[in-house]
Amino acid sequence: MSELTRMTAAQVAGVIASGEVSAVEVAAAHLDRIEAVDRRVHAFLHVDREGALRAARDVDDRKVTGPLAGVPVAVKDVVTTRGVPTTAGSRILEGWKPPYDATIVSRLRAAGMVMLGKTNMDEFAMGSSTEYSAYGPTKNPWDLGRIPGGSGGGSAAALAAYEAPLAIGTDTGGSIRQPGAVTGTVGAKPTYGGTSRYGLIAFSSSLDTPGPCARTVEDAALLHAVIAGHDPCDSTSIPQPVPDVVGAARLGATGDLTGVKLGLVKEFAGDGSEPGVAAAFRESLEALVKLGAEVVEVSCPHFEYALPAYYLIAPSECSSNLARFDGVRYGLRVGDDGARSLEEVMSLTREQGFGPEVKRRIILGTYALSSGYYDAYYGQAQKVRTLITRDFQAAFKKADVLVSPTTPFVAFPFGSRTSDPYQMYLADLFTIPTNLYGGPAVSVPCGLSEGLPVGFQVMAPTMADDRMYRVAAALESAVGTFAPPEL
Amino acid sequence: MTTTVLPTYEDAVLRYEPVIGLETHVELGTRTKMFCGCRTEFGAEPNTQVCPVCLGLPGSLPVANRAGIEATIRIGLALNCEIATWCRMARKNYFYPDMPKNFQTSQYDEPLCVDGYVDVELDGETYRIGIERVHLEEDTGKTLHVGGSTGRIHGATESLVDYNRAGIPLVEIVTKPVPGLGAKGPEVARAYVTELRDIVRSLGVSDVRMEQGSLRCDVNTSLNKPGEEWGTRSETKNVNSLRSVERAVRSEIIRQAGVLDSGGRVVQETRHFQEDTGGTRSGRSKETATDYRYFPEPDLVPIAPDPAWVATLKAALPERPSVRRARLREQWDLSATDMESVVNAGAVELIEETIAAGASPAGARKWWMGELARRANETGVELSAIGATPAQVAQLQALVDAGKLNDKLARAVLEGVVDGEGDPSAVMAARGLGVVSDTGALTAAVDEAIAANPDIAAKVRDGKVAAAGALVGAVMKTTRGQADAKTVRELILERLGAH
Repeated sequence: MSELTRMTAAQVAGVIASGEVSAVEVAAAHLDRIEAVDRRVHAFLHVDREGALRAARDVDDRKVTGPLAGVPVAVKDVVTTRGVPTTAGSRILEGWKPPYDATIVSRLRAAGMVMLGKTNMDEFAMGSSTEYSAYGPTKNPWDLGRIPGGSGGGSAAALAAYEAPLAIGTDTGGSIRQPGAVTGTVGAKPTYGGTSRYGLIAFSSSLDTPGPCARTVEDAALLHAVIAGHDPCDSTSIPQPVPDVVGAARLGATGDLTGVKLGLVKEFAGDGSEPGVAAAFRESLEALVKLGAEVVEVSCPHFEYALPAYYLIAPSECSSNLARFDGVRYGLRVGDDGARSLEEVMSLTREQGFGPEVKRRIILGTYALSSGYYDAYYGQAQKVRTLITRDFQAAFKKADVLVSPTTPFVAFPFGSRTSDPYQMYLADLFTIPTNLYGGPAVSVPCGLSEGLPVGFQVMAPTMADDRMYRVAAALESAVGTFAPPEL
Repeated sequence: MTTTVLPTYEDAVLRYEPVIGLETHVELGTRTKMFCGCRTEFGAEPNTQVCPVCLGLPGSLPVANRAGIEATIRIGLALNCEIATWCRMARKNYFYPDMPKNFQTSQYDEPLCVDGYVDVELDGETYRIGIERVHLEEDTGKTLHVGGSTGRIHGATESLVDYNRAGIPLVEIVTKPVPGLGAKGPEVARAYVTELRDIVRSLGVSDVRMEQGSLRCDVNTSLNKPGEEWGTRSETKNVNSLRSVERAVRSEIIRQAGVLDSGGRVVQETRHFQEDTGGTRSGRSKETATDYRYFPEPDLVPIAPDPAWVATLKAALPERPSVRRARLREQWDLSATDMESVVNAGAVELIEETIAAGASPAGARKWWMGELARRANETGVELSAIGATPAQVAQLQALVDAGKLNDKLARAVLEGVVDGEGDPSAVMAARGLGVVSDTGALTAAVDEAIAANPDIAAKVRDGKVAAAGALVGAVMKTTRGQADAKTVRELILERLGAH
């Protein structure tokens, strides 16, 4: 394996900027690595070799500068890329080439970053294992018999397998953080509205948040800084300056957390985390205390309703967002034989184009929004959401950040949770409250349990994304990074 | 359904009380669409005014057009509504191929404007029509069924969709149910839509042309026996002209009376107005209606109009068309009937501008309601598009007042103006029209006429002054009508010493 693929994004940017290596060499090294390992890992749904080399040549020719100029990046397949297939992991969008770039993709290109291709995911970002991808699951580079997390398992696995130094993910209920945790990589969900959703194929509009995936906290912050910031094309985008996340990550890396208060959520204790996960989390907490942090207990009494509220709000929005996939305008069309009615064609297209989890959620959401049930389900879930937000606001009066394990269990074997949806949903137990609140949260590797990575989650108040990077970087400086066995 | 014997209209309204409600859609004339930057020109090539947002492509997001919100609020204010201080758009979910996202961005339980009214005048009576709500939504695309003979989906070989209209802002104005109109119901309904059209037009937010679909109307009608509860309503769509509004209500009253007379039950359903027969045809039944699963649009932030801004908009509202009409009627000294025909001809602004350009009210009205209205009628164009401007009409009248044109000549000049030959003075010069005022030339013509008609001249000399008319006619003929008849007559009498 080329040394170039082992480097952090910051290091890669450094050697390109100094002229030591060209952007084309860097791109080629990663494309070669993908070629060598992706048959086994299946992190990518589409590799854009030509586009990547063209972009890299452009960086070399025009001497594009910037903190991440020439650095390769993989993009989750739920984000539109002009002229490059975008499927959202679904059969129903097979072969669709968007005519436009998502805002965050435009920003990657403007920063001189080189897009390697599109990464695998659970269909329409619904799932925690990539087992619901219509194109087959991604394998966890730590153990090819185990899941890489989801929905953004492709992006996380691409990092862990050294196929890319950076990746874009999207987080609706934990889809950046949980894959980060189980692959030993860093995954950050920015403040909702801090990164543009324009061009992100919607699953749940009020929760979806694009964010950075990386192997180090500083790299994640560098990518965060490139993609974040107000976008007039997204009404829910926040018209405020981006917090100094890179500065915060570098400050944290000095290993001083004096005076920082870490809130330990009382309701998350005794929660069904695996013993190894609980142990790694406790040890990390002690490490942070050694760096000067103070632990305070906070109570968030409504967190226990987060999962049910989420599983009403997200499916409701998804049932409406996914209505447009009907075979009329783009993507798959089934049964258009001239004899069948339009309704039959729409119905057959959706029957064959959507997988089981997507159908389950569309049905759930359709039911929850239907007349007579709206108040009891969707309306009630929105009230819970308000209460959870108040829990966070009260907790942040006592603590600077909240901390928890990212996910209750390490990477599980394929097939072990697909038969019971609820067992799968539990993977997001600790990540979902943040999505309902809208604040930022990051998962950073904190140790191993039975040889598999454990993630440590840091949650911060809205638009205080810098705080979580500082704490995460401090933890990283204390516990180090974790590399999987050679593939 | 078995054929029922239909009562006459007079008979129906004698025994039943109609309750009428109207839902009117106004397509706003904003330069760009409601949630994207696409143009909104009418009649463009199919699918040329589209982008990822109005095509609902995966990943695209809406951004609200401030002009659309402002126009909706102004309509609400003009209809005496309260304006919400905080409200949200909502998604109305249903599958239809002319709707790119399979949901329409609309408003549900939080409309921008609520609880207003419009006063409608008819035959000297004023009817107050309550306004339930005014809300903002996006228009859908248009489906075109080709290959069949009817243009309907039945029998068509292909269905094509044009998304140019998708996403154009649409304002829905819903009245409260209006009872107690009795036999006047259909006419009041028409007068309401007319008044609404005039109000919206006066705001300059839409061209409100029913024939182009920028004003569309659904009519709800129900009947009940006097003293009893309101009946089940039908909703009639495809009502595309003011005349059709009146006809649709009338035909529904007759149809429902027939159903009730025969002991039947009126079904709650959507019906379609048939322009050719003036009747309505059953559409989809509302009893199995789709559940639209409304919920607040999560892709848009709430709309919170600043009360100070709303107050500014309110203060800047134009004069209400009805108030303005009353004022102009007085200024122009017209009867109510005359004013009504001016309004119906769409001539109010034209006459007003002609007066502003210097003409007298009577003069201005005479040309617009006479010659020009006749011409517009014949050629089937709107009066405002006839080709003569108020300034030109004022100039024409000035020439008449100065004695340079007589009535007949003026009409010929106006014809030239309408045909695009230029201003009245230019047409006069080019066509050689104009009163012959040179007395020398006129005297010669008079002498010529006297010489050619010695018998008549003798009669006039003998005091039979009335016979001079024939000589006047002869002079007018030789001068091709370009002489002032009164002057000619005086000259003849003078030459024949008949004074």
